[in-house]
Amino acid sequence: MRVGLFVTCVNDTLYPRTGQAVVTLLERLGVQVDFPMTQSCCGQPQFNTGYRHQAEPLMRRYATAFQDFDHVVTPSASCTAMIRDNYPRIAAKAAAEGRGGTMSEAAAGAVAKTYELTEFLVDVLGVTDVGAYFPHTVTYHPTCHGLRVLGLGDRPLRLLEKVRGIELRKPAGAEECCGFGGTFAVKNPAVSAAMGADKARALTETGATAVCAVDNSCLLHIGGTLARDGSAVRPVHIAEILACTEGSAL
Amino acid sequence: MSGAVSPTGGSAHATYLGMPAFPRAAAVSTRDSGLRANLRRATHTIRAKRAAAVAELDDWERLRAAGAAIKDRTLRHLDHYLVRLEENVTRAGGTVHWAADAAEANRIVTELVRATGEREVVKVKSMVTQEIGLNAALSEAGIRAYETDLAELIVQLGDDLPSHILVPAIHRNRGEIRDIFRDRMAQWGRPAPEGLTDRPADLAEAARLHLREKFLSINVAISGANFMVAETGTLVVVESEGNGRMCLTLPETLISVVGIEKTVPTWQDLEVFLQLLPRSSTAERMNPYTSMWTGTTAEDGPRAFHLVLLDNGRTDTLADRTGRQALRCIRCSACLNVCPVYERAGGHAYGSPYPGPIGAILTPQLRGLTSALEESLPFASSLCGACYEVCPVAIDIPEVLVHLRERVVEGGEVTVRGTRTVIKPAKRHAAERALMRTAGWVLDHPAALRHGQRLAARTRRFHPRRLPGPGRAWTDTRELPRMPAESFRDWWARTRGGPAGTRSREQAS
Repeated sequence: MRVGLFVTCVNDTLYPRTGQAVVTLLERLGVQVDFPMTQSCCGQPQFNTGYRHQAEPLMRRYATAFQDFDHVVTPSASCTAMIRDNYPRIAAKAAAEGRGGTMSEAAAGAVAKTYELTEFLVDVLGVTDVGAYFPHTVTYHPTCHGLRVLGLGDRPLRLLEKVRGIELRKPAGAEECCGFGGTFAVKNPAVSAAMGADKARALTETGATAVCAVDNSCLLHIGGTLARDGSAVRPVHIAEILACTEGSAL
Repeated sequence: MSGAVSPTGGSAHATYLGMPAFPRAAAVSTRDSGLRANLRRATHTIRAKRAAAVAELDDWERLRAAGAAIKDRTLRHLDHYLVRLEENVTRAGGTVHWAADAAEANRIVTELVRATGEREVVKVKSMVTQEIGLNAALSEAGIRAYETDLAELIVQLGDDLPSHILVPAIHRNRGEIRDIFRDRMAQWGRPAPEGLTDRPADLAEAARLHLREKFLSINVAISGANFMVAETGTLVVVESEGNGRMCLTLPETLISVVGIEKTVPTWQDLEVFLQLLPRSSTAERMNPYTSMWTGTTAEDGPRAFHLVLLDNGRTDTLADRTGRQALRCIRCSACLNVCPVYERAGGHAYGSPYPGPIGAILTPQLRGLTSALEESLPFASSLCGACYEVCPVAIDIPEVLVHLRERVVEGGEVTVRGTRTVIKPAKRHAAERALMRTAGWVLDHPAALRHGQRLAARTRRFHPRRLPGPGRAWTDTRELPRMPAESFRDWWARTRGGPAGTRSREQAS
């Protein structure tokens, strides 16, 4: 099984620790993972803001970068959702505009092999106990694209429940959007901030010391809001919790 | 009054015209703590009830798929079904009028009322007459329209505008409603009882007494309709209060203004929607009043029935393959009640009788991208997908939002009054477009991306914590993330891959 890591542009640039955690975790589970350097961004910011044509070369780039892999694992539900839901749409619209070419194969190939991290662990590797140790109180925030586009269900929680030493707390209104929404956060800052403030309050009220999610982009907004509020809750990607063991606690 | 973006009160008729772009309106309304509390309480209550009502049916997903399929099929053959509808309404003693736009519909209705010699009309709650601004048009012709739906009455008495599809006065609490009744009822008819309290039963009684006078004395009614059954020419109004039933049965003349997309082919099709609608909107298994009428009947009900079929941008919307699914909407308002953006911004910020997620895709299509408001609506969403999840006719609202965003920033082909036209990208997005193009180039050149990351990492100690200009939209309420010393790809190259990922290059070849 040849597994490629699609780290995502946000993690590559801002959260390298999340990518490192995925590598540590997968290698501990006996999976050899590779990182093709030609990878970049999935194109979600462009596509969701209305710049579909700008997303096309990035879709092609993704397909080429990972063409020789059986599976691609990515620590982002939102980027997985972009690939699974929108790559076929991009290809279909390009075909309708008479520029189809090889785009539909590129899209279909990407869709078939791409897995969000918790999907890969639970569905492909068939594990929920990854041997992790994380002696902290944690609240899990189900991000919208993981919850509603991918249908991750309780996969992340099943993984977290098996982590030794962890205490999980459910926040009020868990399934409500945090208010990030990509460029929404800057195009509608007032509403985004109001949603973020409500989310931050609910997370802080759990008494947890960390909020964990399957997407660092949501955590960028949630963590930024929590930090500005002086909250004790720290954002941490689920991969970083699952990568921790007794010898290497965070 | 709730919020500074509340509509232009004081004048004869409040209007959505000239409202600011969504972010500006929402920046004001999100600060209104009273409004936020009213909306939060109301939407969270109905949200939970809807979920329970839907969970009772184990075939909900199949009903939902059937609802979407019936609407899609009907819309594909709308020309056929509308002609059948017209034939059957006419055969049953009604008269059908066709209105291409708001002005034509208003002119038809005004002339029909004038022809009766009456100067007053009662109205059943109707979204579409809000859409065309009928009350203002009637007022200009010297005809007074009385809203008889309880929430519409509150809105009308308060010189206000609806802010929700199902609960137009959702932005008002009991105390505000008591004040409106006490201060304003006398100007419209029977005054509120002395010493009116804010108990719901007392408020309902005050409205009942006030409205009963209108029902018993006014001879013309104007309604909308939830559905029109083409095979028999039957119109259907679904409601909770019974005030609609009064309007539909007591007056001599009934004029119904209905959007052409409300057509369903048969009664069998209607059955699906009579299950989907109440559970989605009021969380009821069945709504209290379902009124159905077919033309006129010899010894009962109105003597004259007119149906005004309204296009007003619907055919143009139908021409758009992705956007047309918005026309499946049965106005249940489930998407409003789950929307985190609606809950904070309130309905008025959407600048249209169709607020919330459905409004964000319907208004820019029905009106076209005609002002900064319509251009801003497709962006009034975090794309969280909660609306799509609850929509009883499976409108993929996030998909249409993104589709319309593209129309705003890139322009493209649209249909305006039946003619294919190419529109230009919106001016306001020039800087963003340039930024996206630059970012797109960098992201498509990993070496450049890597240089950028290294430069950012090297200078990270000097990065400001608060950004100037447009960046303030982020840093006003959130900290910026700290730039790591090394990007992931540099770490990988240093620890695993050798120089610039030779290993993966070998494997990729």
